[in-house]
Amino acid sequence: MDKNDILKQERDAAWRKELRGKIKNKERTNIERVKMPEADPTERRRSFIEVNRGLSAEAAMIEASRCLDCANPTCIEGCPVEINIPKFIKNIERGEFLEAARVLKETSSLPAVCGRVCPQEKQCEASCFYTRKLKKPAIAIGHLERFAADFERETGNISIPERASAKNKKIACIGSGPAGLSFAGEMAKRGYDVTVFEALHEIGGVLKYGIPEFRLPNSVVDVEINSLKEMGVKFETNFIVGKTATIDDLKEEGFEGFFVGSGAGLPRFMGIPGENLVGILSSNEYLTRVNLMEANKEDSDTPILKGKRVAVIGGGNTAMDSVRTALRLGAEKAMIIYRRSEQEMPARIEEIKHAKEEGVEFLTLQNPIEYIGDEKGYVRQIRVQRMELGEPDASGRRRPVPVAGSEYLIDADTVVVSVGVSPNPLIPQSLPELKTTDWHTLVVDEENLQTSVPFMFAGGDIVRGGATVILAMGDGRKAAEAMDHQLSKQVENAV
Amino acid sequence: MNKIVSKEFFSENVVRLEIEAPRIAKARRAGHFVIVRVDEKGERIPLTISSADASKGTITLVVQRVGVTSRKLAELEAGDTIADLVGPLGQATDVKKVGTVLACGGGVGVAPLLPIVEANKKAGNKVISIIAARTRDLIILEDQIREFSDEVIVMTDDGSYGEKGLITEGMEKVIAREKIDEAVIIGPAIMMKFASEVTRKHQIPSIASLNTIMVDGTGMCGACRVTVDGKTRFVCVDGPEFDAHKVDFDEMLMRLNGYKDFEKDANERYLKEHQ
Repeated sequence: MDKNDILKQERDAAWRKELRGKIKNKERTNIERVKMPEADPTERRRSFIEVNRGLSAEAAMIEASRCLDCANPTCIEGCPVEINIPKFIKNIERGEFLEAARVLKETSSLPAVCGRVCPQEKQCEASCFYTRKLKKPAIAIGHLERFAADFERETGNISIPERASAKNKKIACIGSGPAGLSFAGEMAKRGYDVTVFEALHEIGGVLKYGIPEFRLPNSVVDVEINSLKEMGVKFETNFIVGKTATIDDLKEEGFEGFFVGSGAGLPRFMGIPGENLVGILSSNEYLTRVNLMEANKEDSDTPILKGKRVAVIGGGNTAMDSVRTALRLGAEKAMIIYRRSEQEMPARIEEIKHAKEEGVEFLTLQNPIEYIGDEKGYVRQIRVQRMELGEPDASGRRRPVPVAGSEYLIDADTVVVSVGVSPNPLIPQSLPELKTTDWHTLVVDEENLQTSVPFMFAGGDIVRGGATVILAMGDGRKAAEAMDHQLSKQVENAV
Repeated sequence: MNKIVSKEFFSENVVRLEIEAPRIAKARRAGHFVIVRVDEKGERIPLTISSADASKGTITLVVQRVGVTSRKLAELEAGDTIADLVGPLGQATDVKKVGTVLACGGGVGVAPLLPIVEANKKAGNKVISIIAARTRDLIILEDQIREFSDEVIVMTDDGSYGEKGLITEGMEKVIAREKIDEAVIIGPAIMMKFASEVTRKHQIPSIASLNTIMVDGTGMCGACRVTVDGKTRFVCVDGPEFDAHKVDFDEMLMRLNGYKDFEKDANERYLKEHQ
């Protein structure tokens, strides 16, 4: 039976029919979209508490009743891991919250994470019938996903997906970020013996070192990692594949399939004069010191520069995370400096809104060209040039062009550079036969995510460059399916 | 894993730790380092692997007590475990047969110098080592350096042991006496700066192993960045060894001082709590 037949069959279940019959579609579409309760901006700007507070059960059930349980649920097409969206939402509508959580786990390894950090407005919610046909605000799919996952966690009734019978095959997963975790979960479900190798001392990749507590608490990530452990996934921290052991070493130890999810963790700098002054750091360093090393806490040995005037260069989510972190570390002035206009900012609209509410200043159409330091080498000023937008470039966004004679100085004692990342070179360096692109991403066949080395698959930012958590998870899931297919075929051939 | 097998004080403030780390012991080459996190609240710091025993599955680190983390490390006893140890990291030393190598080590810089001295000797080079420190107590690993050197010169700033004077004076003497084909310089940044000035003057190709601030040690943050030949490089992945004559040591010194106040405060707090 193909996917669509299963969806149809499930939609025809008696309880779904009954729910559909209960309220008229017209009434459903007249309900207003729920608003996510948020911590008060004046209080939260100095605290690491989570900004979005989650929905109450009542609010979630009302929001769930907006969903029309479409015969052709286009929302699912918008989800990179193809969550059965109507099925989990209708379970919320009828009050079966734990069942809703179980549905999420059928295809997603980290629902509490995705409900918080996915750009739903560009994915599932963009494909919702409300957006597409009714020109009304979409069902708050992300909020509902978060509600179901949080309900399960908070009530302590965590379900562990069923596993196929053990296949007795060892699989190595390189990197424990969203791609790796998704891959590992899928392979464990399929009965493989999976070990995840992580270079840092904590599991989770960007979910731990990058995304701050006020957007994604580490405790939420840990609960989802624990579910994977209970499914039998093994984790080895402080293990750098290619350094601590080579791919060949691991093959000798019996690993048959490899998935590379080592991400794009190398920060880019702009290469402008003064960029190595003290007080100028990459967003990766800034966020790692706070999120992973807890430098904001009294009892941590890791120091952090608590600037009074902090400038963050860039307009992506990482830039927003950095500038909002600066406020929480006590900055009097926290600025975003971005070379295009706000319209072109790659950050989520919600993050920009939250940053503004908290008092972040936006200096758009401006670009740093030099940093000026004091006699001790500490950064004191930024020479900034104003920009205007010219013709669209290859990315389709209008190219920023410097305005002659527009330079001026901004006082700053801390600068966080957040202008992008490059793929991690460790795996390609250790395996020269692995094909890479000019941008140092791994070459994979799009269908199966298989690299030029037959036993190796790859996904997430190491293939895409800097992208999103959910695309990485989608890749992990797709690669698991392909690797399972390949290894099962080998077994058949051997018989 | 990460269990301390043995511990030995070279002097009051310099300690040698032999740690169980079978995979690192097997994979490491001269020049490699590890990142250590002592305990749950600990920071991540880089330490060069001084030696390793692949059959025993251990690596040796040499630590000088200077701040909170090195104090915590020096207080661990045999049988204790280090929370996190990752490596081997960085590029291994490129050791070739070149002729005569002048190996210059300052203070605890002698610990990372040792495997390079050993590798150079084994590659068939004549090795002249100069080990220098402020005072007698800080001279370490002399016997081990002797084992792999054709000649060893010991120097102290105060003349309490070996010859009196700075390492640069010893270097000038050796260079005046015989042809040096390559120099390796490891020690405090200020010592490396002046030692590289000496070899630059005499046009001797020189390698320095840089000890910058690091966080992850895998290239993902750029805390360790330095300017080499006008370009920004990451010490943890591109180094730690670079052409000493192309390193901007002044910038490196400036960046090393970036957290000085924090380090001082943390150290004072720690000492107060542990008295």
